[in-house]
Amino acid sequence: MQPIERLVEADRVHRTVYTDQGIFDREMENIWEKTWIYCGHESQIKQPGDFFTVQIGRQPLIAVRGTDRKIRVLYNRCPHRGVQVCGSRQGNTGSTFVCSYHAWTFHLDGRVKGIPLPRGYDGTRMTPDNPDCSMKAAARVDSYRGFVFASLTAQGPTLVEFLGEAKIAFDDMCDRSPLGEVEVVPICHRVIQHSNWKFFMENQLDALHPSVTHQSTGIAAGRVERSLKAQGVTPPLYYHYLSTFASSFDQWDAVQTVNFPRGHGILKSYMGLRPNDPDTNEYVAAMHNAYGEQKAEEYLGRSIHHVLVYPYLSVQSPLQQLRCLRPLAPNKTLSEIWHFRLKGVSNAIYRRALWYFNLVNSPSTMINADDLENWTKGQWGLESTGGDWVSFHRNFGGDAVEGGVTYSKNGTSEAVMRSQFKAWAEYMGT
Amino acid sequence: MSKASDNSNAGSPLAGRLLDEVVIFGNKEAIPTGAQSTAPDHMPRQAHQQRALPRPSVLAPGAHAASLQQRVEQFLFHQSELLDGKHWGAVIDLFEDDGIYWMPVTPEQTEWLDSPSIFAEDKCMMQIRMGRVTHPNAWSQAPNWGTSHLVGNVVIESVSEDELVVRSRFQMIELRRDDLRHFAGTYTHTLKLHGEQFKIALQRVDLLNAQAPFDYVLQIWV
Repeated sequence: MQPIERLVEADRVHRTVYTDQGIFDREMENIWEKTWIYCGHESQIKQPGDFFTVQIGRQPLIAVRGTDRKIRVLYNRCPHRGVQVCGSRQGNTGSTFVCSYHAWTFHLDGRVKGIPLPRGYDGTRMTPDNPDCSMKAAARVDSYRGFVFASLTAQGPTLVEFLGEAKIAFDDMCDRSPLGEVEVVPICHRVIQHSNWKFFMENQLDALHPSVTHQSTGIAAGRVERSLKAQGVTPPLYYHYLSTFASSFDQWDAVQTVNFPRGHGILKSYMGLRPNDPDTNEYVAAMHNAYGEQKAEEYLGRSIHHVLVYPYLSVQSPLQQLRCLRPLAPNKTLSEIWHFRLKGVSNAIYRRALWYFNLVNSPSTMINADDLENWTKGQWGLESTGGDWVSFHRNFGGDAVEGGVTYSKNGTSEAVMRSQFKAWAEYMGT
Repeated sequence: MSKASDNSNAGSPLAGRLLDEVVIFGNKEAIPTGAQSTAPDHMPRQAHQQRALPRPSVLAPGAHAASLQQRVEQFLFHQSELLDGKHWGAVIDLFEDDGIYWMPVTPEQTEWLDSPSIFAEDKCMMQIRMGRVTHPNAWSQAPNWGTSHLVGNVVIESVSEDELVVRSRFQMIELRRDDLRHFAGTYTHTLKLHGEQFKIALQRVDLLNAQAPFDYVLQIWV
């Protein structure tokens, strides 16, 4: 593996950052197993004993609600012979974890509770007072507005420091509820991409690709939308979710990106999610009532399409959905796709967001079908020696930087990728 | 396209930045996406060139006396052959005007408007999906792609004067590029009787692996 500074230049990166197993291992070690990683939402585990399993880097963990109602994140590994303690993705374990191999039992905070025939350990170091007999906990667990994160190292920035300005992802999602909270919709779509995780993260803020990659869907949706209008029918807002993908290059170039330190970023909104209809008016009135007009308008007026928490989350806060990447190999990435419900809003407002979840983020997506095809071919292209470099030259040197934040003058600027790789090199170099 | 910037209450520099929104409104007519003007002038793909419709069973209405069970089975077989033959328009025509194709995520789901679905499509949305996969620049359709369905275990759950509920099992193998994927599950068809003809009011598809990771996605109805 070459030194990182030889692989990442200001305007281009070497192809091996997407393909090399050594680099992938170092990413797991330096990024995923050090920094704050999203585990899930508090509402997934409401009752004591509720748990779900989660992968952090290469490590399998369990997030569990304790009898004291605190959430802990434990390694899914029995300290006896190493067998995973939870075999299902989610459930309720009662008051105890039980290992299926030799019946070691553990409290919900991971402390050992019982060992069969304990006399067998007399005179050895494995006595119940030895911490080696307990399930190991993640070094740090914290949550922000109900979203739970863990870090496998004790050192480093706090969760809020790590999130930085990207914490607006969760503020924006929750602030759109008159009660200031969201609740998980307990269904998780999982989709595997046969490409490096970076393809996903770059693509999220790439405003040049939609009218190329997604033109087939955008054009087909626009055609049906217009034919409904011609019949005097107002097409539902969700047709527009699809038809905007076929906007022109110039239209996309006007949509700004905001790029923060640590690789986080925002693609500003373009879909116009605030129609003038009775459902929306009722919702706006509830928001005014809850927060006062000025604050409510600030919350509803935020121009956000989605927020990236680098290097693994894309949060579509105005529509309450989130995609979390779990890299599996240099050329294989799992995405977990979640939807949340604003507390205190009508079904009509929920349905509006649900349509986007069904049409764009479900496993029958008419959008990501073409993204995934691009990324697969992208991975194959970068595995070839037909060229060494990946170009991020578009609008190089043309972006406005204020206080460490890069505001792209052009929506299609590759400032996004340059910002992500600056952060990546900082993580990888330490 | 318009700029809307009507709120001066910026809490932080970032908040101020987020007030300036560019909204892309629906275009009155189809506009060049930019990509179209640079796209190669390529032939429609082989996959979407006209194919002959599968010949219907001679047991179809009229010719021979067929039992209701046989007629329902032939209808289901016909639908699966239309899917495998990529006769998308003919598949859509099997549905009532307000017919729904629904693939829930879990078997417990009972309605399609207030819970997430894998597919939840009325005929307009089916038209969009058909328009997408037949567009010459549906890039994900460029690799070799096709399906083979097998439908069986056909049980007529209920019969009334103008409606049937039919449960069946399906196996579907999909070829994409050089790889096969396997899907299986249960169809529940609510069929309306129009004389001798059936139309689908609701096709519910419960996929066995609906909550397993999808290796790639589903481009068309299963």
